[in-house]
Order: sequence, then C-alpha cells, then structure tokens
Amino acid sequence: MNWGFLLEVILGGLMAGVLYSLVALGFVLIYKASGVFNFAQGAMVLFAALSLVRLMEHMPFLAAFVLTLAIMVLLAIGIERLVLRPLVNQAPIILFMATIGLTYFLDGFGQTIWGSDVYQLNIGMPKEPIIMAESLVNGGILVNKEDLYAALIAAILVAGLALFFQKTATGRALRAVADDHQAAQSVGIPLNRIWVIVWAVSGIVALVAGMVWGSKLGVQFSLSLIALKALPVVILGGFESVPGAIIGGLIIGVGEKLSEVYLGPYVGGGIEYWFAYVLALLFLLVRPEGLFGEKHIDRV
Amino acid sequence: MLYREAGQFRTTYQADQQLFPIRQDRIAVLLLLAFAFAVVPLFASEYLFRAILIPFLILALTAIGLNLLVGYCGQISLGTGAFMAVGAYAAYNFAIRVPSLNLLLVFVLAGLVATVVGVLFGTPSLRIKGFYLAVATLAAQFFIDWLFARVGWFTNYTPSGSVTAPQLNLFGWTIDSPTEKYWLVLAIVCLIALAAKNLTRSAIGRAWMATRDMDVAAEIIGIRPIYAKLSAFAVSSFFIGIGGALWAFVHLGSWEPLAFDINRSFNLLFMIIIGGLGSILGAFLGAAFITILPLFLNQLPAWLGINVSTATISHMEFMIFGALIVFFLIVEPLGLARLWTIGKEKLRLWPFPH
Repeated sequence: MNWGFLLEVILGGLMAGVLYSLVALGFVLIYKASGVFNFAQGAMVLFAALSLVRLMEHMPFLAAFVLTLAIMVLLAIGIERLVLRPLVNQAPIILFMATIGLTYFLDGFGQTIWGSDVYQLNIGMPKEPIIMAESLVNGGILVNKEDLYAALIAAILVAGLALFFQKTATGRALRAVADDHQAAQSVGIPLNRIWVIVWAVSGIVALVAGMVWGSKLGVQFSLSLIALKALPVVILGGFESVPGAIIGGLIIGVGEKLSEVYLGPYVGGGIEYWFAYVLALLFLLVRPEGLFGEKHIDRV
Repeated sequence: MLYREAGQFRTTYQADQQLFPIRQDRIAVLLLLAFAFAVVPLFASEYLFRAILIPFLILALTAIGLNLLVGYCGQISLGTGAFMAVGAYAAYNFAIRVPSLNLLLVFVLAGLVATVVGVLFGTPSLRIKGFYLAVATLAAQFFIDWLFARVGWFTNYTPSGSVTAPQLNLFGWTIDSPTEKYWLVLAIVCLIALAAKNLTRSAIGRAWMATRDMDVAAEIIGIRPIYAKLSAFAVSSFFIGIGGALWAFVHLGSWEPLAFDINRSFNLLFMIIIGGLGSILGAFLGAAFITILPLFLNQLPAWLGINVSTATISHMEFMIFGALIVFFLIVEPLGLARLWTIGKEKLRLWPFPH
C-alpha cells in the first residue's frame, strides 16, 4: 500500500469535508434557532454566488461582497416577513415544505435576474498545487492550495460564529431561543428579530460557501445541488450541533474519497452519489440523533 | 338545499359505517365515476389524455401510496421516486423476461418487488425519526438511481440506458389508443383508491394514525411500532411501485433512470401536502393541481401576449411555482382537502352560518 497516496486521499477528503461543512453550517444554524429544516440553503448558496459574481462585473470584489451581504440580509428579512411569520406554530413538515417552495422560488428568481450561464468567479484564490511533507513519505503529498485557502476561510468563519454565539448579547439570545422558544420569549427576547438575524447569518454562511464553491466549480445551477451533498453531513453530525456539522463534514469527506478510490472500482464507480447517505445511515442506526445531536426523551 | 341529510336515518352499524354515509355523496360519486368512465372519452382530445388525464391519474395513485406513509403513518419519505423506479424496472424485467405473463400480474409483481425494497429501506424508521428519517430515505433515492443507471442487468444491457416497455396486452386486448390507456389506468386507480380508503378505516389504518400522532403513546396502548411502521412502508411502496410501473408502461412508454429522480419525489410530496395530508381525496386534488399548474404557467405568457424567451419562462415558472407553494401553505396548511371539507360543512348548514 502506498502510504503517501493514502494520506493524499485522506487530506483531499478532509478539504472536501470542510467545504461540505460550510453548507451544513447553514442548515444547523437555522434548525437550532427556529426548528426549521431549511431545505433552501442550497438555493441560498446559489443565489448569493450568482449575486456576487454578477455584481463583480461592475465593481471591485470588496464592494460586491458588501452589497451581496446586504442582499442576503434583505432576503432574510423578506423570508421572515413573508414566509415564517404567517406560518408560525405550524407543524415542522409544513415549514419544511415551505422551504422547498422557497428553494424553487430562489432558484428561479436568481436565474431570472442574474442569468443562468456558467460564470467564472475569480476572487484571487491560487490554483497551483503544492507538495508537502516530502521528507516523511516517498514522493510527498500533493495538496491543492485552493483547498487549503478554503479550509482556512471555513476555519475563520467557524471561529467567528463561535465567538458571535458565545460572547455577544445577540449570540446569547440566539442560544436562548434555540434552547426554548417560549422561555426565551417570556424573558423578553424578540423572536421575530432573532429569526431575521439567524436567517441573515445563514445567508452570510451561504455567501461564503457560494464564494468558495463557486471559485472551485464556477457559478452555475448545479451549485444549488450541493445542499444534497450537505444533508448527510447534517444528519451525521446532528441537526442541532455546530461542531457536529464540522466533524460530520470531515467524516463524510474522507469516507467519500476513500470509498471512491478503494471501493469504487469494484462496483462500477459513481458511488459518491449515495455513499455519503449510506455512511450517515449506518451512523444513525447506532446513534439516531446523529453524533452530537440532542437526545430527545419522549414523554406521553 | 340539495345537500341535506335530514330524514336519512341509519339504523344499523353497517349503514352508519359505510364509505359514504350521506345519500347525496353516494349519488355524486357514482355520477362522477360514470362521467369519468363514459363521458370523458367522448369529448377528450388526445392531448388531454396524454398530457393531463393519464399523468394525473397515475400520479394520484402514487400520491395515495405516499399519503398512506406520510399522511397516515407520519413517516416522511423523500424516496418516492426511487420506489416508483423499482416498480417500473421490475415490471420491465418481468415483462421482457416472461413475455407470457398477464399485464395485470406484471403490475402486481412490480408492486410486490417495490414492497420488498420499501420495507428494506423502511427498517431504519424503527430507530430514526422525523427529518433524520427523511434524509435517510434519500439514501434509497440516490442508491436506487445509481443502481439502475450502472447495473446493466436491470436495463437488459441496452447501451443507452433507456428502455422501452413492450406493447400493452390484456386478455388479448391490445391497449394502444389513449382512450384505452385511460380506461386501464382509471380502473386501476379506482380499485386502489377504494382499497386505500378502506385500509385507512380498518384496524391497520388506526394503528398508523396512532403511530403518527404519537408513537410512544401508540406503543403503550399496544400497537407494535415495528408492525405499524413496516406495514405502512409495505403498503405504500406497493401502491407506489404499481404507480411507477404504470407511469413507465402507460405514460412514458420508454424511459431512463432520470425519469424517477429526486424531483419526482419532491413533486409527489408537494401533491400530498397541497392536497392534504392524511386524505385520499387530497391525493387526487394535489395531483390535479401539481399536474395542471406547470402547463398553465407555461401557457400563461402566450395568452397574455408577453414575448419572453423560453429560458426566462422556465425560470419564471420555477419562481411562480415556489411562490404558489408557499402561498398555499400559508393560506391553508391542511391542504385542498380541508377546503373541500369546510365547503361541505358550509353547504350542510346553508343558509345558516353555523
């Protein structure tokens, strides 16, 4: 067995996993604070990336970034007003369906106003690969510099979110709402505003994810499908857990790459479509709430 | 005025528990059936059959199957498209490998194969609940999509991966005109709708509903969750499998795995939610709505005389479709079937408000 190659595969998997985590984070944030399983996260990624790439045609990156941020915040306000508020207190599956409706809407809306071609997003991420650890293994490990930067961006984002959640008053309010809606409301936390904030934060996460994925794959419709890639990550890590999203992403990323390289040739390839789901399913059979999800005690 | 039940006394339990206890309902249903079987073929054009009626009926049948699982037993499934695909490919393999097999038997066998697969992918439901289960059923969707695309045996090693259904023959009767196909589908749909309705009124249906409302409580009053959940998966997959076989054989004729992808699953889920969870009528209403809406949206710009490119139309379609879904959920989260019930209640009391 070629250890260098194995390490390379694992490292590649970790990098891919970080990217999955970025999308999964958006799911977790919204689920934690409002109990809504937001299927539209992928559509938000696509929408944010499309806005960014089309705005960058007219202005420098930083201005476009800030403007897209503003758009995502506006979107969050709109969603809270028009979708969440009228549907308050409905069954979770109704809200889930509403977010699928939102997915269709955002996919169509984004492509109507921004166009549906494939756009190259160049935010100055280096593309050339580098070779690491030549002294340790024969031939060294080939790493994509772009992936390293992506991992770095994800790490900064997660650290920022952690600080925001732990240290600021708004963050505390968010955690309170996540714990118990009624109790939070009764101590005077405005639920509606919290929901806007949470959707705005996950809009920002979507923007970062869209930026990183978009510069890797080009901004196109298929970006919205990475939500389907992130779903196994979310259930593996647990719906309510930010660390779960990260670790789940890493497990799925590594598992997917390893299976593709070592298992794929035997069954005809293309197994990355379902492998993540089956892997997550196996984990769920042992831990039905995901690795870090909250244990629910059912009472009659 | 016509819809009064005064004077209709039910003196036996049998009369009290029949499917349509109100006489006017019975007459209405019989009239509707007569209309569907005898009158519609007289005036319907080929386009109406091919593009609207046949797809609507098959999707309604599949939606009934899904509604038994989601609406009655409370197990969210996003793998409907996959179970349809299992039914379609099972029917295909039975039909070409055993050509002497009766068509109806092919459909039943296809349903049974889908049942086995459904129970297999339903077993995690014993341990996983809610959205975790929903995402887990996506495993079925992606795995089965992949299976039919990659494993040549299922498609009889056709190089393109697209397969064509053999000619439909039933007791020496060749079914090829749209009207004949419509009759075949309509008959099967009526049978299955009746079976489903009766299932939901029986002990097993009550066990499903108890599990849906609260599985722990259901377990405590003596309903075995393994029995309730797996039987829901089994029955639902059986109907969905038959729906898939009909969709492939009668509607599509020739198809590839993409015909049963995840969008089909979402489409069916939309149908039962728009139509009404836990309602057989809702499955029909939802299927009608979701079948007709895209056709309507597609034609709308032409009717209004607006000249836009086809790409824009399809994006706008997406947008309006999504917005309408959200709108419907806000206006009536319990679905069209609920509106129907409210309307009927109002009719019974009319002209008094309550």
